[in-house]
Formats: sequence, C-alpha cells, structure tokens
Amino acid sequence: MNWLVYPAALVLLLPMAGAFLLALIPSYRVGAWINMIAAGCTFLASLGLLTVRTAGSHGLLFVDDLNVAFVVITSLVGFTTAVFSKGYIGHQIETGHLQRPHLRFYHALFQILLGAMNLALLTSITGVMWAAIEIATLVTVLMVGVYRSHEALEAAWKYFILSSVGIALALFGTILVYMVAQPVLGEGLPAMTWEKLAAHAGSYDPMLSSVAFVFILLGYGTKAGLFPIHAWLPDAHAEGPTPVSAMLSGLLLNVAIYAILRFKMLFAGSLGIIAPGTMMVTLGLASVIFAGLMLYRRRDIKRFFAYSSIEHMGIIAFAFGIGGPLANFAGLLHMAMHSLTKSGLFFAVGHIIRVKGSQKFDAIGGLTSSHPMLGWTFVACVVAIAGLPPFGLFTSEFLVMTAAVNANPLLALGLAVGLLLSLGALFQCLHRVAFGAPRGELGRDEGTLLPVLVHLAIVLGFGIFIPGEIVSWFQHVARMLG
Amino acid sequence: MGPLDIAHFLAGFVVLLSFSLLYQDRLPPLINTFAAQSLVLALSVAWQAQTQHAPHLLITAGIELGFKTVLIPLVLYWTIRNLKIHRTVEIVVGVGPTIIAGIALVGLSAGLMLRAAAGVGGLAHQDMAFALSVVLLGMLMMVTRRNAVSQVIGFMSIENGLVLAATGARGMPFVVETCVAFSVLVALIVIGIFLFRIRERFDSVDLALIDSFRGERS
Repeated sequence: MNWLVYPAALVLLLPMAGAFLLALIPSYRVGAWINMIAAGCTFLASLGLLTVRTAGSHGLLFVDDLNVAFVVITSLVGFTTAVFSKGYIGHQIETGHLQRPHLRFYHALFQILLGAMNLALLTSITGVMWAAIEIATLVTVLMVGVYRSHEALEAAWKYFILSSVGIALALFGTILVYMVAQPVLGEGLPAMTWEKLAAHAGSYDPMLSSVAFVFILLGYGTKAGLFPIHAWLPDAHAEGPTPVSAMLSGLLLNVAIYAILRFKMLFAGSLGIIAPGTMMVTLGLASVIFAGLMLYRRRDIKRFFAYSSIEHMGIIAFAFGIGGPLANFAGLLHMAMHSLTKSGLFFAVGHIIRVKGSQKFDAIGGLTSSHPMLGWTFVACVVAIAGLPPFGLFTSEFLVMTAAVNANPLLALGLAVGLLLSLGALFQCLHRVAFGAPRGELGRDEGTLLPVLVHLAIVLGFGIFIPGEIVSWFQHVARMLG
Repeated sequence: MGPLDIAHFLAGFVVLLSFSLLYQDRLPPLINTFAAQSLVLALSVAWQAQTQHAPHLLITAGIELGFKTVLIPLVLYWTIRNLKIHRTVEIVVGVGPTIIAGIALVGLSAGLMLRAAAGVGGLAHQDMAFALSVVLLGMLMMVTRRNAVSQVIGFMSIENGLVLAATGARGMPFVVETCVAFSVLVALIVIGIFLFRIRERFDSVDLALIDSFRGERS
C-alpha cells in the first residue's frame, strides 16, 4: 500500500466525520463554523493529493490525473461555498426567510454532499460511483426543499422524480456495462473496476456497448442537465438556497460529466459502434442552442443563471464529443473554469438577493451606482461567464471553437449561434441589473465578498496565463480521454 | 420445464404485473399489484440464486420479500389512510392509449435487447429484455399518473426492473444489489418526508395542485 492513499481517504473521511459531528450539534452558529473548518480541512487534504499524482488503484479507491483535478476543484469550491453559506444562511434566518428547525441537518447534509461527490470521483468501482451520485442527489433534494414554500417543494419533488428516472437509467447502463465486460474480464468485481475495464477498452461487444452508452449518457446526462432531460435544473436552482445552487452548478453537474467521460473512455475505441462522441455532440449542441433561447425573458435571476449552466454543460459535452487532444483539453479547462466562475457568480447573486430582498429581475437594478463594490464584482462575474477576455472561459471557449472548426465548420456555426444568443441575453441581464437608475430596496451588503473575489482571481489568472505544469497535466488527461 | 423456462416464466410474470399496474384506477389495488410484482420478483431472484449457485442472491430475494412485498405496501396503506389521500388514481393519459404505448415499449425493448445482447450468452439477454420492459413500463407509469403515491409506485417498479437486470447478469458483484436495496430505503425516507411536507401545506398530494405554483408564472 502506498502512502498516497491517505490524502485520498482523507477527502472522504473528513466530510463523513464532519457530517457525523454536525448531525449532533443543534446550534446553527456553531454548526456553520464547524462546517467551514471541515470543508477547509478537506480542501487541504485534496492539496495533498496534488503533491504526488501517480496513477494507481488502492482497493476501492483509484487515483489518476483526471479525478485528482476534479477532487481539488470540488474541495476548493466546497470550502468557499461553506464560507459563503455561513453568512448567507445566517442572514436568511435573521430575516425570517428560513426557520431554524428546517435547517437542523443543513450542515450535515452539506458535508455528506461533499463526501459523496468526492467518493463518486475517487472510487474505482462503477457501482459505487453510481451509488455515490445517488446519495449526492438525494441529499440535494432535501437541501432544495429547505424553504418549504410551494415553489421549493415543487422544485424539490420535480428534481427528485426526474433525477430518480435518470439514476435508474444510469444503473441500467452500469449493469449493461458489466454484461459487456463480463465475457472479456470474467465474472465478478474486475468487470466493474475502472482500471481493468480501461485496460481492455476496444475489445467489447460493439452492439451492446452502444446500447450501454446510450443509457449511461441519458442517465448521467439527466444529472448533468443536458437538453431534453434538463427540466429539473432551473427549478432546483431557483428555489433552493443560493449556496446549494452554487454547489449544484459548480460541482454536481461536473461529477455527472465526469461519470460520462469515464464510460466514454471505455467505448471510444470500439470499432463498429455508434460513436459515443456523436451522441455527445448532438446533446451538447442542442443544449447550447436551447439554453441560449431560454435565457431571454427570464424573470428570476437564479433561474436565468441556471439556464446559463445548461448552456455551459452543453459546451462541455460538445467539446468532449468532438474529442481529440485539443477539444478534450478545452473541455477540461472549461469544466474547471465554469465551476469556479458559476459558483462565484451564484455567491454574487446571493449578495444581491440579500441586498434587494428578492430574486426577481424587476426588483433589481442599477447596482453599480447603489452598491459599487457588489455591482462591479457582479459585472466582472457576468463578463467572465459570457466567455469574454480576459477571463479563463474565453480561453476554453476559443479552444472549443477552434476544435469545432477543425472537425466540421457546420458544427462550429451551430455552436457560434448558441454562444451569441447567450451573449446577447447576458448583456441584457447586465443592463437590467447593473446599470441604469437603482431599482428595488437599498439594503446594506454586510457579507464578505471574499469567496467571489478568490474565484474571480483564479479565473482571471487562468485567462491571462496558464502555468506550464497545469498545461502538461491537462494535456496528459486529454490524451487519456482519446 | 427446464431451469431457463422457469426463469423466463417468472420474469415474464413480472412484466405482466407491470402492465397490470398501468390499468389500476384505485390506490389500494395499485399497492396490492405492486406487492404482487415484488413477490414474483423475489421468487425470480431466488430462482436465479439456485441456478447460478449464488447464495448471496437469496439475501436480495429476502429484501425483496420483506421490504418491498410487505413493509412498503403497509407503509403506503398507512400513508393514504393518515393523510386522507383520495383513493382514485388521477391519470393524465387514458388507460387505452397507455396500454398501447406499453405494448410498443415492450416490443421495443425485446427487439433491442435480443439483438444487442445476442453475443453475451444464452440466459442473460432474454432476462435483459424483460428487465428493460419493466423499467420502461415503470417510467410510462410515472409520466401518465398525477398523484404522488402512484408516481412513487412507478418509481419502485422501475427499481424492480433494475433488480431483475442485476440478478440476470451472471456473477454481478453483490455491491449492486446492496446499493439498490439501500437506495430504496433512502428513497422511501425521502419520499416519506416529502409526502409529509407536502401534506403540511396542501390538502392532497395531487401534484397538479403544486403545479399551479410554478416559479415562472409569478
């Protein structure tokens, strides 16, 4: 056994211990601090994974360059969300929007969510990954319903029903993958282990592989919010508490994409099957264009940015669907950048809701003149999410576009239409929210903007200069993805 | 009858009961039908344990029997009695079209799985065709029903299909079965809480009532 196991085990054990402790603590204030500290420790442990990134499998856990990248992002965003959540939820309690008894297990659920996502990323067994994603889903269902209003309950129920169907499809796909692998790897656990499965990629029955991948793509695609099966996403984002929106958009969607990628690696090499890439390109492009259209005429600011998440998941699916070193690199970078930007954006939106006491566009306006610091931070976030320079999403969208032009100019045209549509909608949103005469309440913004600024700084840094080590790391992963 | 025939007979019976779930118009018979489906599934899993010489599958059969055949139906009866839920099943699409759609889905899954999984070995691919039918029929039930209890039953019949699939795949590690059993438990807890929360605010668990509060239409 390698000492590398310890950080990998720590990023799972710390959230679990945190959840256990938090379940015992009734006080909200103490819980918020412990939540923050536990998430911080998890982040530190994930940095420990960074120091030695040798690929290897250790019993149930499995570490390679692909999942380490996501564990670090998940833990970082988990930590900053915990910081943001402390102030935000505290404020919601003070103003009476949330009742303390309903929040009794909020922090414990937060830690379980964090642990389940890390488990989904680090496990070496397909079945365990499925179970971890299911746990993460059930936990977020409870968190989305925490306001107990009509809308929140409806959103949570819709999310629960749709993601259950998605989860069922994903499990069926997982069983089919076992059946595909069983003639090659024999009965038992090896046919469900990533390393063993990947070692024999290309030797599976082509017809059944196609069917299995369709189920995987539709199943985990539901969780990723791809186009025809996205209906839960806007409601869950709009009606849940803002920290949960940030975690959903920034992290859980990424975990679902990660699951799809792992399976794609198995089947990309098989000859004579419907190429997994083609299906991903279709779903991705449909999501980008659909979300681009839906971004117009939204009335709710969180719902608006939820549609923006669908758009970005579409771009990511599109990039990995095209495949090849360039597009895969772009897809990875886009996932990382979108995670940080979108969660930061939701933090900023949380501050706006605090100030204005509403999440309707009608009640929000002229932020740059009434609250310059918050207003301009929001402007920077929107510019970043629109994929404009100098932020990191510009780099990744530019690379996706380049790869699309190389693959097929028509596809690039479709993507460009989608991107321009959403760009227009984002400018409209900026115009309404940030500029013009102030509208709505003029509450004071007391929370710290530090989490938003940290995310923005990282995204800006990546937009200007990506360190060579990270480039070669992502290039290695891009080659792995084929 | 050979061992294969009995496996197919039981799996086919599960599919038939899925159809039966589709045309129930009152909640109590719906719950009974679900219990019957779980019972047949338990028998089917027990039979697989016998033919595959996989005694651990008997645990799965036991869970199916104790949990889904007995406990969950009892809890559901208790729920509808205590929440005074309307006993009729409100449907979105009529029974006739639903049954026709169901037949089409079974045809689709048979056509797909018998062809696709032909290379995988004798017993498994027919089982997968049955399992996929149950999963798809469960989904059909979820989209054509309006009240929460019947949607939940639809979801659990999807889980039944998944158990059928998992036990049909030879030598599949026990991990998956535990996961399914565990997830049903968790799912029920969530559902229970939800039914209660919905009960806190509304007079019925008819989801159409909640639908009128769509966030978009404020």
